[in-house]
Amino acid sequence: MRIELGHRSFVCHAHALDFARNLFASCIVQRLELNWKTKLCLFSSIEIHLIPSCSLLNFPLIIGRMIRFILLQNRQGKTRLAKYYVPLEDSEKHKVEYEVHRLVVNRDPKFTNFVEFRTHKVIYRRYAGLFFSLCVDITDNELAYLECIHLFVEILDHFFSNVCELDLVFNFHKVYLILDEFILAGELQETSKKAIIERMGELEKLE
Amino acid sequence: MNPFSSGTRLRDMIRAIRACKTAAEERAVVRKECAAIRSSINENDHDYRHRNIAKLMFIHMLGYPTHFGQMECLKLIASAEFPEKRIGYLGLMLLLDERQEVLMLVTNSLKQDLNHANQYIVGLALCALGNICSAEMARDLAPEVERLLQFRDPNTRKKAALCAIRIIKKVPDLAENFINPAAALLKEKHHGVLITGVQLCTDLCKVSAEALEYCRKKCTGGLVRTLKDVANSPYAPEYDIAGITDPFLHIRLLRLLHVLGQGDADVSDLMNDILAQVATKTETNKNAGNAILYECVETIMSIEDNGGLRVLAINILGRFLSNRDNNIRYVALNMLMKAITVDTQAVQRHRATIVECVKDSDASIRKRALELVYLLVNESNVKPLTKELIEYLERSDQEFKGDLTAKICSIIAKFSPEKIWYIDQMLKVLSEAGNFVKDEVWHALIVVISNASDLHGYTVRALYRAFQTSAEQETLVRVAVWCIGEYGDLLVKNVGVLDIEDPITVTESDAVDVVEVAIKHHTSDLTTKAMSLIALLKLSSRFPSSSERIQDIIIQNRGSLVLELQQRSIEFNSVIEKHHNIRSALVERMPVLDEATFIGRRAGSTPATVSTSNGPSLNLPNGVTKPPAAPLVDLLDLSSDDAPAPSSSGADFLQDLLGVDLSPASKQPGISGTNQAPRTGTDVLLDLLSIETPPASPITDILSSSQVYKSPHASLEGLSSPSALSTRAATPAGAAPMMDLLDGFVPNSPISEDNGPVYPSIVAFESSSLRIMFNFSKARGNPQTTSIQATFTNLSPNVYTDFIFQAAVPKFLQLHLDPASSNTLPAGGNGSITQNLRVINSQHGKKSLVMRMRIAYKSNDEDILEEGQVSNFPRGL
Repeated sequence: MRIELGHRSFVCHAHALDFARNLFASCIVQRLELNWKTKLCLFSSIEIHLIPSCSLLNFPLIIGRMIRFILLQNRQGKTRLAKYYVPLEDSEKHKVEYEVHRLVVNRDPKFTNFVEFRTHKVIYRRYAGLFFSLCVDITDNELAYLECIHLFVEILDHFFSNVCELDLVFNFHKVYLILDEFILAGELQETSKKAIIERMGELEKLE
Repeated sequence: MNPFSSGTRLRDMIRAIRACKTAAEERAVVRKECAAIRSSINENDHDYRHRNIAKLMFIHMLGYPTHFGQMECLKLIASAEFPEKRIGYLGLMLLLDERQEVLMLVTNSLKQDLNHANQYIVGLALCALGNICSAEMARDLAPEVERLLQFRDPNTRKKAALCAIRIIKKVPDLAENFINPAAALLKEKHHGVLITGVQLCTDLCKVSAEALEYCRKKCTGGLVRTLKDVANSPYAPEYDIAGITDPFLHIRLLRLLHVLGQGDADVSDLMNDILAQVATKTETNKNAGNAILYECVETIMSIEDNGGLRVLAINILGRFLSNRDNNIRYVALNMLMKAITVDTQAVQRHRATIVECVKDSDASIRKRALELVYLLVNESNVKPLTKELIEYLERSDQEFKGDLTAKICSIIAKFSPEKIWYIDQMLKVLSEAGNFVKDEVWHALIVVISNASDLHGYTVRALYRAFQTSAEQETLVRVAVWCIGEYGDLLVKNVGVLDIEDPITVTESDAVDVVEVAIKHHTSDLTTKAMSLIALLKLSSRFPSSSERIQDIIIQNRGSLVLELQQRSIEFNSVIEKHHNIRSALVERMPVLDEATFIGRRAGSTPATVSTSNGPSLNLPNGVTKPPAAPLVDLLDLSSDDAPAPSSSGADFLQDLLGVDLSPASKQPGISGTNQAPRTGTDVLLDLLSIETPPASPITDILSSSQVYKSPHASLEGLSSPSALSTRAATPAGAAPMMDLLDGFVPNSPISEDNGPVYPSIVAFESSSLRIMFNFSKARGNPQTTSIQATFTNLSPNVYTDFIFQAAVPKFLQLHLDPASSNTLPAGGNGSITQNLRVINSQHGKKSLVMRMRIAYKSNDEDILEEGQVSNFPRGL
């Protein structure tokens, strides 16, 4: 849990949530002689952020640069694909998706394709109404991932022949399967478009 | 057959969901589908399991809970058919992660599938393992993966290599098993296998010194040759990106060379030629080429010194910096930050361009550039750089002002060549972005001003001028009000005018105007208002002729709803009205604040501020500093399933609570005395509080509300006490009362060790108005019970009425209070009240008595409340 009280913020256990609520409620209900600044602090303290115990996204990572997650979202923020290579709680995933969308959706096309996100970096690229976002280490090679997104889009385009958002919605499981042939365990697995398309063809035949 | 599950196909469900116009409709559709899937699961319906999971994956992606489908995934995985396995594994990766216990059940299926004769099924299992492997699975399945690294099918080999990466990240001990097979992969021709092999070697070298040594000796030559081949390879359509053959492979190879060359001059030598070739020959008009160059520069910067290559690298960055593509500029700024440790001069050459980047419209570039500028500042360029940044401060976006202000203030504080410059620049910052300035920054400014005695006049005049234009900047107002209060006379009399100043005439009433505006302005907060009140008091003495007006302003706050202001205004009013003789002495100028103490105090300030200041500095090095040891990383990275919860969290929690406690307490100094109990945070005191009789007077309301604090504290008791104790000790406010309290357990009264039934009387409480004596007696055969006769004596000349004595003890004690002999206490010690108490000590012989008490009475029709703690009980009670 992160509690923000005025300018101070703390990370602490779940009990703290109840604590903050109690504190807040007692101050308001009992009309304590707090000055209004303190009350304001308490109001703002109710903005309590959930941070899962394994908040991988919140810590800088030194070894093993890898992709943390891949998101595919449309302009409205609907998730069309979300692949996490680090374990996160579902609630945290939704928060991440929401935050990433907020970060990328309103950026000027002239701006960089990189946004800092918590202690990591999101490399995103927009194709029509779709945003492809990769979360990587802050020190990783951004340009390479930019190229990586493009390659993935080319593969999708090739596979669905002229891909559009609806293809991705109705064949979302196929998109995941393609991704699994392209990236595994947060690392690039295959760099040849042809090889991936062929592999997908072989697998489809077994269905 | 189930009427629902037969109904919709996956496609139909998606269509139905897409047709929903509102979120409520969507929820209804999803609810219906989930109900159908659940009942289908309950009926153990084989035919639709496959489809159900596919639907659940879609529902999961929309953000609805789907945990009930987890077991179904496992059933699908266990089935023999490829299509079912495929969807099962896909569901497994999406609906579960490595932390679910259900995953334990899947290890066996994975093992079987890894050994399956069908290579496609092996591929599925490897894929799942790579994405959700936990440490336990890693240990169980490492031999299979190791074997698959030598499998004939390249698709399997590359998947196995990536699984191996995941395994060694989870369990670094397993690294040595993979060294030989991984090195073998480096000789592959198949790009997919080669790239995963290179990646595996890179990660192996990071977790294992043995692997690093092995690769340096055996693989460097081969890798350099491979890179040369790839760089010189003719057009290969399969891997071509923007005219370059497989840039990803380039980058991975450079990265591995980086790891091998770092810290080894011989290995670095081997790769010089190829690095020079890549750095000079790579096509730079496409992103792919720049990505390679970027990686190449990074490798050059980190391998052992080679002057020529470094010059080449810095030149590449210079070119990047002047590129029109924002992405490339961003990358250049990032790299220059690393280069700064290598060659500061070279980076300084690009200073002008970098400062321009601070003003970019793109927040990502601005942020990087600002951090770089911060690193570039030194004594010689601080003045022009600060000037430029402050000028930009006017025009910058609101959301960037916070960062920018913090950096500027930090630069000014760190490099200011003289005090007058420091003051000037800080005033500029305050007038531009005073609302973004942190408290400690303006506190520091006041300390500096107070130390610069020859600049007092100059500063107060400058602040007066700044106030006229920027009265909306809270911190500027505070500093101005403080200085006018202290040095108002210098302002009016134009003392110590410097040559650079414009002459200015300020009358006494102008100066008072400033403070009046500050105190009356609706946006002023409590601190500003309180500071203004004090400034007014000071001015009333400095400007005798304006005294009456000042008094008027002060009186206006008599009715303030804020206790602090109300009290101060009444006090100050009476100082002005009644105490002319002491006033001037009372409001003398503050003694010079000690800079060293201030800085020291700031350095030792709360961890919260330390951690916030750590934030940017942690980001800053960006690889400049050597990374700390690997095990730490392991904690943070993939191994969350087997990582123990950080033991410090308990302490943090406690400290947080204390911190939270503190803030309300310290914000209400008028009543903080009564609030001490929750501050100490020791359970003994909490116990005391919990058995207190319900308080009646308004002040005690606070006490009762502080019982609210009790419940979380109580849950705290389960936390490890050593860490808790150390945290308490670290919180200065909490420490003192606690020590006090502990004294209660230590026999500190000079009573003889005589364990007889007779105990000496003690004075349990004594103030100027009241004395309480305790006489003790113990019945024989019942050592736990002590009878106490309390005698109350009135030492004041007034009669006390409605006299009530209350006492409270910790939980290990039981207390019975008999009625008092009277509730009226005659004046001047003529007579007394007695009251009998009985205390049962359940820990007799181990713990001494301790008691808190509260005495309420009326004297001259005024409610009086006194409190005390008895800790000098004789030993052995």
